[in-house]
Amino acid sequence: MSLSKEQIAKRIAQEVKDGYYVNLGIGIPTLVVNYVPDGIDVEFQSENGVLGMGPFPYEGEEDADIINAGKQTITTLPGASFFDSATSFGMIRGQHVDLTILGAMEVAENGDIANWKIPGKMVKGMGGAMDLVASAENIIVAMMHTNRAGESKLLKRCTLPLTGVNCITKVVSNLAVIEITDKGFKLLERAPGVSVEEIQKATEGTLIVEGEIPEMNV
Amino acid sequence: MINRTVASVKEALTGLEDGMTLMVGGFGLSGIPENSIAQLVKLGVTDLTCISNNAGVDDFGLGLLLQGKQIKKMISSYVGENDEFERQMLSGELDVELVPQGTLAERCRAAQAGIPAFYTPAGYGTEVAEGKEERDFNGKPHILEQAFKADFAFIKAWKGDTAGNLIFKGTARNFNPVMCGAATITVAEVEELVPAGELDPNQIHISGIFVKRIFQGEKYEKRIEQRTTRVRS
Repeated sequence: MSLSKEQIAKRIAQEVKDGYYVNLGIGIPTLVVNYVPDGIDVEFQSENGVLGMGPFPYEGEEDADIINAGKQTITTLPGASFFDSATSFGMIRGQHVDLTILGAMEVAENGDIANWKIPGKMVKGMGGAMDLVASAENIIVAMMHTNRAGESKLLKRCTLPLTGVNCITKVVSNLAVIEITDKGFKLLERAPGVSVEEIQKATEGTLIVEGEIPEMNV
Repeated sequence: MINRTVASVKEALTGLEDGMTLMVGGFGLSGIPENSIAQLVKLGVTDLTCISNNAGVDDFGLGLLLQGKQIKKMISSYVGENDEFERQMLSGELDVELVPQGTLAERCRAAQAGIPAFYTPAGYGTEVAEGKEERDFNGKPHILEQAFKADFAFIKAWKGDTAGNLIFKGTARNFNPVMCGAATITVAEVEELVPAGELDPNQIHISGIFVKRIFQGEKYEKRIEQRTTRVRS
């Protein structure tokens, strides 16, 4: 069975380690907050200027001055801090953030990512995505393995305008966990009940399969 | 004590002309200089270039200037959530330069700090890098980005004093501090203006040296763009 968005988030949450500062993109990555294992301390950074993001506020306690990068009202947790946008991207560019999780339209086997622009369609902008992918050491992409037309989003080369080059380390899709190596997409785990052949069929780029591929624990 | 106060928003915008380049603080609708924007609408100045992370929504923030077709060019990192913006962009009435968000912030900060240009890895290998100088540092490619030049910077802070010192609140801080002093004239509007000496110097985020004119905003709507809440259990 192909994973739901919640299950993709749940699997990615297993990559979050004690003491990590984590930046979450909009969409599936936002859901990761809900599945961080108990007993580990993590702080979430939002690039508009907050570290130590908490859950949404109770109704009636929303504050227009406390929002996340998706412009949603949020709260802060003990230990939180606010800062300006240049400092925020200093944290990102200076590699002080341990893990970045973001969505993508396409990922290539050399680690390139495209996630901000479709030619001919309204362009909304890259926001902080280009800064994040250019600097972070540890970037996980959360996405569906294929697009709505059923075409692979894991390609030999990206076809859409790039967000960053040679930067993605791991992809967690609805079908598989994949590591990006010098030789291509290395299959690490399968979604429960999904065969290696199905993943192969949905992957346009080079898929490296070595030995038995375990099922994800979701 | 140097007094940076002006009597009104009208006085704060003295010297503003058609064709000028403006920096406008805020992220989404959070921390935007509402009173200065309202005055820009009133003045009816046109052909403006606006450097601002976002472009507001249809009926608030910089969207109000777009309605009156006062903006010629937007320099932003993200411009969704605005139908009129989209219409003007697609019809070619509005010129748009998209800049990675960290680069946008740093181009403001560089202007504030007297640094003409800097290298960043953001945008390398993408269309953002087209026409820009590239250079490797420590084996990693970077592109050269230049400081902005602007005529006015419009800032919103929480509290300020008559010497122009500012304190920001929450994530309404965002681009505001880095735009202070990054333009020829910095206009700060605050929710609460107090006499110099009343704010603790230890708590001040931006020194009055970066602020040319300060006034207390008449009113603040502080509209919420995405109201998200959880249920009390």
